[in-house]
Amino acid sequence: MPFDVLIVGGGPAGLAASIKLKQLAGDSLSVCVIDKGSEIGSHILSGNVFDPSSLNELFPDKDWKEEVESATGSIATPVTADEFLVLTETSSFTIPNLFLPPQLNNHGNYVISLSQLCRWMAQQAEELGVEIYPGFAAADVIIEEGIVRGIRTRDVGLAKDGQPKPTFEPGVELRARQTLFAEGARGSCTEHLMDEFNLRKGPQTYGLGIKEVWQVPKEQHRPGFVQHTLGWPLQSSIFSKTFGGSFLYHQEPDLVLVGVVVGLDYQNPYLNPYQEFQRWKTHPAIRPHLEGGECISYGARVLNEGGYHSIPTLTMPGSLILGCGAGFLNAVKIKGTHTAIRSGILAAEATHEALTSEGVDPVAETFEITTPPPHVKAYQEKYEASSIKSELYEIRNTHEAFARWGVGPGLIYTGLSTFITKGREPWTLAHNKIDADATAPAKGFSPIQYPAPDGKLTFDLLTNLQRSGVYHAEDQPIHLRVKPELQHVPTEVSLPQYAAPESRFCPAGVYEYVDEKLVINSQNCVHCKCCGIKTPREYIRWTVPEGGGGPQYQVM
Amino acid sequence: MKILVGVKRVVDYAVKVRVAQGTVELANVKQSMNPFCEIAVEEAVRLKESKIAKEVVALSIGPKQCTETLRTALAMGCDRGIHIQTDLRTDYMELQPLAIAKMFQQIIEQKENPDLILLGKQGIDSDCGQVGPMLAGLLQCPQVTFAAKVESHDSGFLVERETDAGTESIHIQTLPAVITCDLRLNEPRYATLPNIMKAKKKPVETILAETMGIDLTPRNQVLQVIEPPPRKDGIKVADVDALIEKLKNEAKVLA
Repeated sequence: MPFDVLIVGGGPAGLAASIKLKQLAGDSLSVCVIDKGSEIGSHILSGNVFDPSSLNELFPDKDWKEEVESATGSIATPVTADEFLVLTETSSFTIPNLFLPPQLNNHGNYVISLSQLCRWMAQQAEELGVEIYPGFAAADVIIEEGIVRGIRTRDVGLAKDGQPKPTFEPGVELRARQTLFAEGARGSCTEHLMDEFNLRKGPQTYGLGIKEVWQVPKEQHRPGFVQHTLGWPLQSSIFSKTFGGSFLYHQEPDLVLVGVVVGLDYQNPYLNPYQEFQRWKTHPAIRPHLEGGECISYGARVLNEGGYHSIPTLTMPGSLILGCGAGFLNAVKIKGTHTAIRSGILAAEATHEALTSEGVDPVAETFEITTPPPHVKAYQEKYEASSIKSELYEIRNTHEAFARWGVGPGLIYTGLSTFITKGREPWTLAHNKIDADATAPAKGFSPIQYPAPDGKLTFDLLTNLQRSGVYHAEDQPIHLRVKPELQHVPTEVSLPQYAAPESRFCPAGVYEYVDEKLVINSQNCVHCKCCGIKTPREYIRWTVPEGGGGPQYQVM
Repeated sequence: MKILVGVKRVVDYAVKVRVAQGTVELANVKQSMNPFCEIAVEEAVRLKESKIAKEVVALSIGPKQCTETLRTALAMGCDRGIHIQTDLRTDYMELQPLAIAKMFQQIIEQKENPDLILLGKQGIDSDCGQVGPMLAGLLQCPQVTFAAKVESHDSGFLVERETDAGTESIHIQTLPAVITCDLRLNEPRYATLPNIMKAKKKPVETILAETMGIDLTPRNQVLQVIEPPPRKDGIKVADVDALIEKLKNEAKVLA
């Protein structure tokens, strides 16, 4: 099945690229988007305080807020208050806004549901003629003669032991003159491409974001209220090196979006990000926002924290990398959606230029691919000249400052570099360790006693997990693969040396050790991608399960 | 032979259902084809593949998103779709089985004249299981519910029906007939990408429910919708005597 352009991933970057391509080319190029979620939006999870600049560029004549509301019911709420707190165990102090980096000023931004925004973007894309096929997972990249030709979707109808069932259908090949990968952070095909084409210059470092959506009584709802915190419970001293903090956003009509992001370069193997999130909610500055309300959704997803120097080469023959798959999240602004959309626009422009100047009839007319997919280097050039690069370059040292010197010095460095040097300092603090190697042996730490859930404000993991709507067809091979050369690592390294951190960091309770043997409850998996990053020696390779499974986020 | 298959759009089986404003919350909730309707579609498509049937028509009643449900049925192998559009809730709160059966009856008698009607045994939202039997009554035709096996036989069908005691074999001698499908009947196929693409070209006709001249008012009034009471904490008892005492006097389950 050939297309002019195939886009893997129906998130903001992929959808923006598909829309821009159709705006430029109309019917003269065929554009297809595939997504492993059962619907567009079902695997999208994000804070989200949205900077609409790049979306307005994509749709200069549309009132996206009004259209999203009438299409999905989700209300884009203008930010009315921006608060930054440092929490101690029992109290808190506010950092006055004038001391905060300018990047954290949210004036002009909106509290949104990114999942619902994507649903609306998908409708716009379909109206422009983009073919969108959710429920299909890209399992393998087709590379022939060193050029990316497209992808093959996952076989379906295999039993748990790998044998075909009567319902077996082999994966389908989707080929294109250019394949754009917009899988989000740590995309499975994207990671494969990083290895195949040697795209990575320095390692990426990630954070795990865990989020809940609450419906609260109107009396305590403050539309547009935005709060971020540092300090308790993740950091107990100013030299604490555990990176992370919380977010709390009030979205109309009665929703509060809350969550915690934990840097996955944490050292303490006993750290349980989910439990840190639960106990954070009990803090006197947080509890009043949620008490009396009902938790209606739960989920988790990793995000990029490495910034500028973790960005790989973005192009290869036949293919480009967009959005969080490349790593365009601005960790000081705590935003990645606007850069993802912008990268989609740039990729579309570069691809359109390359495909229409080839002098080749498009697949849209001939239904066949007659020339090898080009190497669209113009996308890399566009990125280098873009605001994505300049905003990420400016803050390139901030995350590493936290990692090397701890939260106090990190904050000071961030303040200095965002106010004074604005990134012009001549040095670059390079990041050179993968997150899995940052975990320290368990013998240097002791287990953390987390409080028991109360069932009203805090919840046990499995009860909360139901709120993600997660399911996978039962009888299928386990998609979380222990790498063949690392088969010994779970029982000989992870459990004895690191006290099995995967049994604590997975926000879906997938990994447990029963009678000292690893059990993988892959059906629970919410596709956050944390395990491929943080298991000791990265012993897990995350692969796609059958399309249509995983979480069913609606308002995330 | 022509087959008419009913496909219902219901709250997805994996969703944790909530009560809001006195009724089941449907906003921002994932919806998909009723699992028993998937089984009915699969059976219809198999009958077409074994050349017993020539045409399979899928029928769905509900809001405009039902066209997506019909597209899935078309991707599985149905030939065309009919969408009766209504914004009334189809989970028993507004539209109820008798009205639905009457709408099916009109399509069957005045439009399609199928030889066989395949339905799921029940919708997983309303759990009524009534449309099949009511429709057969209105059509005055044979019905077999909870089918676990369907075989062409003479000019009719031999159907194995699930009961609490085991299976009964029923010979449907004359057509048309209504068969409702149970879990063991088959495992529905995946809608493959090429078939989904082909399904976009298959015709779907839309009819507005209000124009059918059928009284759609509910016969039963839903008085209350509540979530099950939260599970109470258990207690530990010291010994068997204490257990018996509690079962007798507190739980009151022993005489």
